Amino acid sequence: MSGGSDPGAGGSAVALGGLSVVRGPSLVDRVREWLPAAILFVGILAFWEVAVRVFSIQQFILPRPLAIFEQWRTHLPELNSAAIYTFGEVIGGLLIGVIGGMVAGLVTARYAMFRDSVMPFAVAVNSIPIIAFAPVFNNLFGLDKQLSKMMVAAALCFFPVMINTVRGLLSAPAPAIELMRSYAASNREIFLKVRVPAAVPFIFTALRISATLATIGAVIGEYFGAPKVSLGQYIVTYTSYLNFERAWAAIVYACAMGIGLYVLVVVTERLVAPWAADRASQAG
Amino acid sequence: MTESAATAPVVELSGVSKTFRSTTPGSTPVEALTGIDLTIRQGEFVSLIGPSGCGKSTLLRIVGDLTSVSGGTIRVNGKAAERARRDRDYGMVFQAPVLFDWRSVQGNVELPLEITGRPAAERAARAKAMLDLVELGEFTDHQPWQLSGGMQQRVAIARALALDPALLLMDEPFGALDEMTRERMNLELLRIWERTATTVVFVTHSIPEAVFLSTRVVVMSARPGRITEIVEVDLPRRRDVETRELERYFELVTRVREALRRGEGNSALGGQARVRAEGLSA
Repeated sequence: MSGGSDPGAGGSAVALGGLSVVRGPSLVDRVREWLPAAILFVGILAFWEVAVRVFSIQQFILPRPLAIFEQWRTHLPELNSAAIYTFGEVIGGLLIGVIGGMVAGLVTARYAMFRDSVMPFAVAVNSIPIIAFAPVFNNLFGLDKQLSKMMVAAALCFFPVMINTVRGLLSAPAPAIELMRSYAASNREIFLKVRVPAAVPFIFTALRISATLATIGAVIGEYFGAPKVSLGQYIVTYTSYLNFERAWAAIVYACAMGIGLYVLVVVTERLVAPWAADRASQAG
Repeated sequence: MTESAATAPVVELSGVSKTFRSTTPGSTPVEALTGIDLTIRQGEFVSLIGPSGCGKSTLLRIVGDLTSVSGGTIRVNGKAAERARRDRDYGMVFQAPVLFDWRSVQGNVELPLEITGRPAAERAARAKAMLDLVELGEFTDHQPWQLSGGMQQRVAIARALALDPALLLMDEPFGALDEMTRERMNLELLRIWERTATTVVFVTHSIPEAVFLSTRVVVMSARPGRITEIVEVDLPRRRDVETRELERYFELVTRVREALRRGEGNSALGGQARVRAEGLSA
């Protein structure tokens, strides 16, 4: 029995019956793919360092990368604890928002009644700046509690996940459903074999957005009040002391968190739904 | 009546009509089909041809129990259409291949076998055999989107044949293909039809395709959708590239074309009368 595709298999292109088939990139291909971006990144850092020195830019306008690195090394334990605290909020918020959004999406897609009433509302809510509620959430769930920031992060993720779940579950074209009906398939089979797999790429798109939004939600939530050992308060505190190198060290953590989660989602998508990623890379 | 098994009716339609009622209040219901009488016997290849809006696809979907009738009776394999669908008596091919990207080519062909609960080994063997039949045996492990349009449609045909259906319902299956691929697919379909001995109902708007493939061409016209003429195709049963050069082939193409034109003339008049009537009521 032939399973799905095997993106991990080596070999770049296999010719079969006159049709060349992309079998997933090899390690060398992957390195080659990432190399330009890596070089650019290092180049930008070097340019930044040199530019700040040559034009003698004040540290409160733009600190040097090496100065930030120095601060990071000096305050490593403190920064690590702050990052762990914030990361807990990000993950908690992601879990609440994503699970909540998926459940709400499932219910909405299942019942036409909800579809007609809830969807326009969800789309409208999705376009308001939910982050504006951060101080309110702090008040609601406790200024010094991780829960209040989790809820900000969750609120940011909830609507994109819900909307994409609904769109994904309803994305199967009418002939696909008719095909299943022609096999006398049950509604359960139609749901599991057609609607859910069709929704997977939509949900991953929402997860990619959510990874970024949850990080934003947690850090911004902390700006409005949180314990001292949190990235948001760390940034706010050292900015007010005009110690920008130290604030930047915390900002780098927040950036790494957002990028790391994003990459994790992309890698997971390649494993769980290779068809969506393969197809996208083919089309591109 | 002396009916041998070989000529048993597979599809019997009598007085079938279909009216679509719009959900918009106050709008007039659309009469998609009216007074359809048609019997299709086992082993026949019947094409439904007509202008868009003549209800040919609707008629096919009625046979497949994907749309209900508003009036008249329909029997498939001697039973109600719904019963026939539940018994998986037919295979369906749409204009789009409708292959699932999350399944390999073989996985797509196995889908109907999975739903009927066949064991894995049997599924694999059957899917492989069907893919061999459509000459895609080498492509079992490919992903659907790696195949060309014509190959994708052949996978769809293999999938439709997987349950060994008595009836193959095809809704403009080659409509999206280029002319050369379409002609090659026509030959391929005839070869499969000969080998599987299924009955085929084939919706098309290509006159040459209808004549080349069919044992009978059902000519339909629009507003309201109805059968205006049935053309028996008395070409030799075994057809190949040379069939398209036979004088009889051209005669039949002309007959179907004229039948279509006659039907169109009628409905154009009917349409005018309707517009006038609607104008009065408004």
